[in-house]
Amino acid sequence: MENERKLTIARAMAEATAQEMRDDPSVFVMGEDIAELGGVFGNTRGLLEEFGKERVRDTPISETGFIGAAVGAAQDGMKPVVELMFVDFFGVCFDAIYNLMAKNTYFSGGNFNVPMVLMTSTGGGYSDAGQHSQCLYGSFAHLPGMKVVSPSNAYDAKGLMTAALRDPNPVIYMYHKGLQGMGWLGTEAGAIVHVPEESYEVEIGKAAIAREGHDVTIVSIAQGVHHGLKAAERLADQGIRAEVVDLRSLVPLDRDTIRASVAKTGRLIVVDEDYHSYGVSGEIIATVTESNMADLKAPPKRIAYPDVPIPFARVLEQHCLPNADKIVAAAREICGAPVPA
Amino acid sequence: MQPAKDTLAWMYEKMVTSRRFENAIEKIYMEGKSPVFNMADGPIPGEMHLSDGQEPVAVGVCAHLNPEDVVTATHRPHHQAIAKGVDLKKMAAEIFGKATGLSGGRGGHMHIFDADVNFACSGIIAQGMGPAAGAALSRQIQGKPGVAVSFIGEGAANQGAFHEAMNLAAVWKLPMVVVVEDNAWGISVSKEASTAIQRNSDRAAAYGIPGHYIPGNDPMKIYEVAGEAIARARRGEGPTLIEVETYRLAGHFMGDAEGYRPDGEKDGLFEKDPIPAMRAKLLADGNFTEAELDALEDKAQAAVDEAIGFARESADPKPEDALTAVFA
Repeated sequence: MENERKLTIARAMAEATAQEMRDDPSVFVMGEDIAELGGVFGNTRGLLEEFGKERVRDTPISETGFIGAAVGAAQDGMKPVVELMFVDFFGVCFDAIYNLMAKNTYFSGGNFNVPMVLMTSTGGGYSDAGQHSQCLYGSFAHLPGMKVVSPSNAYDAKGLMTAALRDPNPVIYMYHKGLQGMGWLGTEAGAIVHVPEESYEVEIGKAAIAREGHDVTIVSIAQGVHHGLKAAERLADQGIRAEVVDLRSLVPLDRDTIRASVAKTGRLIVVDEDYHSYGVSGEIIATVTESNMADLKAPPKRIAYPDVPIPFARVLEQHCLPNADKIVAAAREICGAPVPA
Repeated sequence: MQPAKDTLAWMYEKMVTSRRFENAIEKIYMEGKSPVFNMADGPIPGEMHLSDGQEPVAVGVCAHLNPEDVVTATHRPHHQAIAKGVDLKKMAAEIFGKATGLSGGRGGHMHIFDADVNFACSGIIAQGMGPAAGAALSRQIQGKPGVAVSFIGEGAANQGAFHEAMNLAAVWKLPMVVVVEDNAWGISVSKEASTAIQRNSDRAAAYGIPGHYIPGNDPMKIYEVAGEAIARARRGEGPTLIEVETYRLAGHFMGDAEGYRPDGEKDGLFEKDPIPAMRAKLLADGNFTEAELDALEDKAQAAVDEAIGFARESADPKPEDALTAVFA
């Protein structure tokens, strides 16, 4: 394609942030290693050079301190973008997130707004073990008062970041490490797509149909979408037309798009790299079974992370992670396709 | 630096307002809660943390603050809110859980928020400190006037958030003042049993900032030290940590049997009640007549009566309003 401008998610996030910072002096960025280094995962690269130390701040390793400070700055009229380097680190700072950031709008009856973006990396698959590999989508999406988004590609990454920065509410922006386009974390080619130079928004709370199909709906988010797309490609060769729904947002959840897809296909597979129980996969299935029971031609399936801490050893971790093979097998089963010899 | 007469009058009036307000709340809180005490009953349900005895800290500090300055408060926020200028009628209505309350009844007594005077709360120990540091950072980045004051209790100094916010404020030289109200008890655990050092103000050394300890619950001394700290913050010279020895005349919460207090401790405390003490001092110094102080007390009582009446008469929120205001 002529004039194609392929960016990684990391660069798309940084570009959206820079564009908003040019237009809106209340936007500033802080977190661990986000200034001089440009972010461990590259999503703040170039910001320090353009905007300087006042608005692009390396913080102490002190998440309770600087996320709490972001809440105070947001209530005072600024738009902080803060980074929790790994989502797994929420354990040291969750009070600032769910008791302050997520509740102060409600507790104040709208007296105060808390417009801030909390960026955080998710996901495993590279043998970093269970304190640096979780997704925890459900943990954040479960608690009211914060929006939750996670892009699967650079186009959505830029548009969701712009939308998050313009939202008057706190937004948890979860980016999957395996999609960042950092060479040292592997590269998912499907995440690197054309990104327009001009600023634009992707609506928070709106899912996308990443691939159309009629036989089975595969619902996922972030890296799971790519597993779904790869599975759909293989299923197509076997005569099964899978539709892939990219949620993009968990809060608000686009239940209409999920229900409409399942109404069409009659079959549902949820792919979730977060833990199996009490999480996003259950919520998606409930969304359908609460309203579409008659549409279902087979029991829904979920391919999620088993309820175990994430192990280090490659063979152990890979055994647990969702992948295209697992999706293909599940789709064939619920579509009644013969088990291959 | 002694307060001017109009400041002294303001301090006395606000101390009396806070005390009379809490006296009224205390009485109404018990309505419907006897003979069986059930926290869920009566016109004011839920926990109730009174600040009787701690009024000097609030007025000594807030006498130096303007509406644009930021205060974060705790689960025991009434005296601080009153001294910061939070709307008394709307606060009373919030404490009653009424539609006319500051937050339409969503927050209650531990979550007093008034954006008009930049007042916010957290019911979790020490967790107002991060937001105070952030408000101070906001003013610093934008070059806007204003300081942030975080009121905490002595028990909060053992929380991680205390250390993180103090370090952040010091490393970035933020216009922030932290005021520790040392009322000696973290619910039932004494400061001696919980805290490795005698004075939390000594912890300032860990952040390379000034630390001050003020004994005696003395409003004049608090006024003087807080004035220096706030002026320093306004000059851009960074944060200060102040610890004030104060007294909790009530229990941790209403219904607290206070069995942990040594025999006679409260008798001694009431003898040191800071409000009669301030009245006596103002008279002894010859600055005020009995009639002038009586008039201030009458003014305070009238404001309290009006606020309580407003709260009582206000309507409950619509039940379905529970489902609104989660997002802006």
